[in-house]
Amino acid sequence: MTKLTSVVELEAYRAGLTAGDKTRPCVTICGGTGCRANAGLQVAQMFRNMLKAKKLDEKVDVRTTGCHGFCERGPLVVLLPKGLLYISVRPNDVEEIIATSIEGDGTIERLAYKLPGAKERIFRESEIPFYAHQRRIVFANSGKIDPTNIDDYLAVGGYSSLAKALTTMEPDQIIDWIEKSCLRGRGGGGFPTGRKWRACRNAEGYPKYIICNGDEGDPGAFMDRSIMEGNPQSILEGMAIGAYAIGSDQGYIYVRQEYPLAVENLRIAIKQAQEHQLLGQNILGTDFSFTVHISRGAGAFVCGESTALIASIEGFSGEPRAKHIHMSEKGLFAKPTNLNNVETWANVPVIIDKGWKWFADIGSDNSKGTKVFSLVGKVRNTGLIEVPMGMTLREIIFDIGGGVAKNRQFKAVQTGGPSGGCLPASELNLSVDFDQLAAVGSMMGSGGMIVMDDRTCMVEVARYFTEFLSRESCGKCTACREGIMRMYELLENITTGRGTIEDILLLEEVSAYVRENSICGLGKSAPNPTLSTLKYFREEYIAHIEQRRCPAGVCKELTTFRIDPETCKACGKCIRACPVEAITGQKKMPHVIDEDKCVKCGACREICPFDAVTIL
Amino acid sequence: MAFIKTVIDGKEIEVERDSWALDVASQMGIEIPTLCHHPALTPYGACRLCVVEVTKGKSTWLTTSCDLPIRDGLTIRTNTPEVINSRKITLELMWARAPEAEVIAELAAKLGIDKPRFKVRNELGRCILCGLCVRVCDQLIGVSALNFSRRGVQRKVSTPFEKASNTCIGCNACVAVCPTGHIRVVDKGTIRNFETWNTPIEMIECNTCHKPYMPAKEFEYIQTRLTKGSPIEKICPKCRRADTVTRLHVASVSKDKKYNGGISYGSEKTQQ
Repeated sequence: MTKLTSVVELEAYRAGLTAGDKTRPCVTICGGTGCRANAGLQVAQMFRNMLKAKKLDEKVDVRTTGCHGFCERGPLVVLLPKGLLYISVRPNDVEEIIATSIEGDGTIERLAYKLPGAKERIFRESEIPFYAHQRRIVFANSGKIDPTNIDDYLAVGGYSSLAKALTTMEPDQIIDWIEKSCLRGRGGGGFPTGRKWRACRNAEGYPKYIICNGDEGDPGAFMDRSIMEGNPQSILEGMAIGAYAIGSDQGYIYVRQEYPLAVENLRIAIKQAQEHQLLGQNILGTDFSFTVHISRGAGAFVCGESTALIASIEGFSGEPRAKHIHMSEKGLFAKPTNLNNVETWANVPVIIDKGWKWFADIGSDNSKGTKVFSLVGKVRNTGLIEVPMGMTLREIIFDIGGGVAKNRQFKAVQTGGPSGGCLPASELNLSVDFDQLAAVGSMMGSGGMIVMDDRTCMVEVARYFTEFLSRESCGKCTACREGIMRMYELLENITTGRGTIEDILLLEEVSAYVRENSICGLGKSAPNPTLSTLKYFREEYIAHIEQRRCPAGVCKELTTFRIDPETCKACGKCIRACPVEAITGQKKMPHVIDEDKCVKCGACREICPFDAVTIL
Repeated sequence: MAFIKTVIDGKEIEVERDSWALDVASQMGIEIPTLCHHPALTPYGACRLCVVEVTKGKSTWLTTSCDLPIRDGLTIRTNTPEVINSRKITLELMWARAPEAEVIAELAAKLGIDKPRFKVRNELGRCILCGLCVRVCDQLIGVSALNFSRRGVQRKVSTPFEKASNTCIGCNACVAVCPTGHIRVVDKGTIRNFETWNTPIEMIECNTCHKPYMPAKEFEYIQTRLTKGSPIEKICPKCRRADTVTRLHVASVSKDKKYNGGISYGSEKTQQ
């Protein structure tokens, strides 16, 4: 590959690339993990084969891209330059797509998106509400470029920010820009990135290290994964700019081993960037050198915590230490270290490219720019979204997410992953930014957002996440290890009908203790699900204890299902859905549940079209 | 060396920058309980008993003092209601985990706790996972025969794969530092059996009394760390004491024998 030893050479190389040609026909197929699971790669292969067979492969490009975000409807196919979007495409749809929309000028109704209840189909990606309300900065290019081909990244302007930084800006000026842009850490803490960089730049010691935290461990969260898989070069470019500003020449990307595609794409990206001399020695012919290593995590949730992550890179087991001495002073291998999250690094090239003012104009008062969320749970449009900071929960869940799935009632949303708080409907008008979320007892976290409907038991939610956190605690400190385990024990008591009112008081006491006394962020934030559900859904706890009843019909010990004979239309669906043959009934006869056989799985209630299955 | 001022429990004191708050407080005569700290080992901050209240500028928070380096502008209080309350819950949690450990019951009694409010677990022995054994084996002995395995509530100290350790030299340092007496070790015949680590260790005999007195691996380990040409003899502490007394006695009464500094060697002994 061509070595690019100056900015002039970079620009000349960029000019020769065809991928940047916006008028050239191109089929982009989402190659994110979600779409791959739905045979996305086979669809891509089918396009390649068929276009070749029709001798169209010279005229039409086929590109497997990173995640488009609309995972609910994958595999997604976008036809450029028209911007036609086809959803849930199967390999045997390919022939029709080529004939109708590539060779011809038509559209295929059945593969186009339709709003629930609407008659009209929507053909353009930008017109679908899911996309229309988003603002994509970090993900601007993810759905357009092939993450395994650096030329695609260069064609859309990649590495121009690094070139600009290296040749026209002083390190202090870069930090100045990042400070003025008010970029805050996207890993959840929201610490001002510029201030972190400044502290590391001013710290004495050599070498200095740059770390990218890609250990995204939250269940149901896939923001960082999608960036690493879909646009790894943007992370590398951000890290290189940061390294230049801080005075570092070595960087680490810590990424979960459970993200094989992210590891692979990052490896390819590093190799290609090195071949072009965009990483390595004398980048773009300047004095600046920067190498990046990949360090793979072995599967511990706690390794997302910065000090545990460092211990893990150093080869020790991932256990955190006290942060009395900042990492900028003594971090990796006891040297000055700057650690930022994947999304933070990916924001850096954009800020350098468009200027700090442009960035600082987006977002809310104290949180600037956009935030990526993985919108999951009982929401109609599951997927990956990027919105300006300060958008309300309501806009995110109802306008972008399309509301609660199956038209059920909205009950709560958990923000910030397993140790985030659950916010009720009364908080739906809350602006989502770092400070607002913290003020109501939740957190931004890395950006998980789990929507819950009225058939969710909030005590069970707290129990579930507390169990997860108790298993993921490293076990080093008494507060986190024993404290969370006891919280789980008390919650388990309540969900199985053995709880007392004193248990609630003890639960609150232990929760406050764990929050104040744990070494690291895992323990400090672990009580959030419990404390927030106690705050907003206390009556549910009381119902479990005083009436021995689970209002949502989830806790098995406290639930008895019954079929209302008035409402039952004797359709037989529940009989077929029941896994233990506990339901009997004949045509035109209301069905009956045998309580002795019933295992309280709730399958009958889930499937009944008439809501005839009730809880006592 | 930079000295800075700090305030602990209302008393201003000048200390070296980065000295550990727990050490400074102890030197001032302030008692702070701790179960995972040892002056010869690196601070660990696991037991959470040594928490203190720290104020810097506008913020005040609870933190462990063993791993808190003293820097400019810190005010430390070791005895506030929040601190005491935190220690109480820590002790309750430890007690429920290791009900047989007397040291915990004693510390708890001092704070007025008569029993933990949590369900007592009897299956875990007395271990409170303070990590002293792991650190002493690694940092002072240099053997690293022990480490933590698993995580969260399943965390435990063990030898690799819970098999008999082939690196353990049987020095007993882990037993000596354990604050709760969790580690069981039994000397029987020529075997020292670390029951807790599933590790039996062969002992060597004293050349004088022919009783087993020291693990063979420990003897070798010490030998390899001594300079060449000064072999150590196989003599138990009891026989060495007796021998030394005899030597000194001989040296003082026998005028015609040159004084050898009171140090005796086995070879001389046989000549007598």
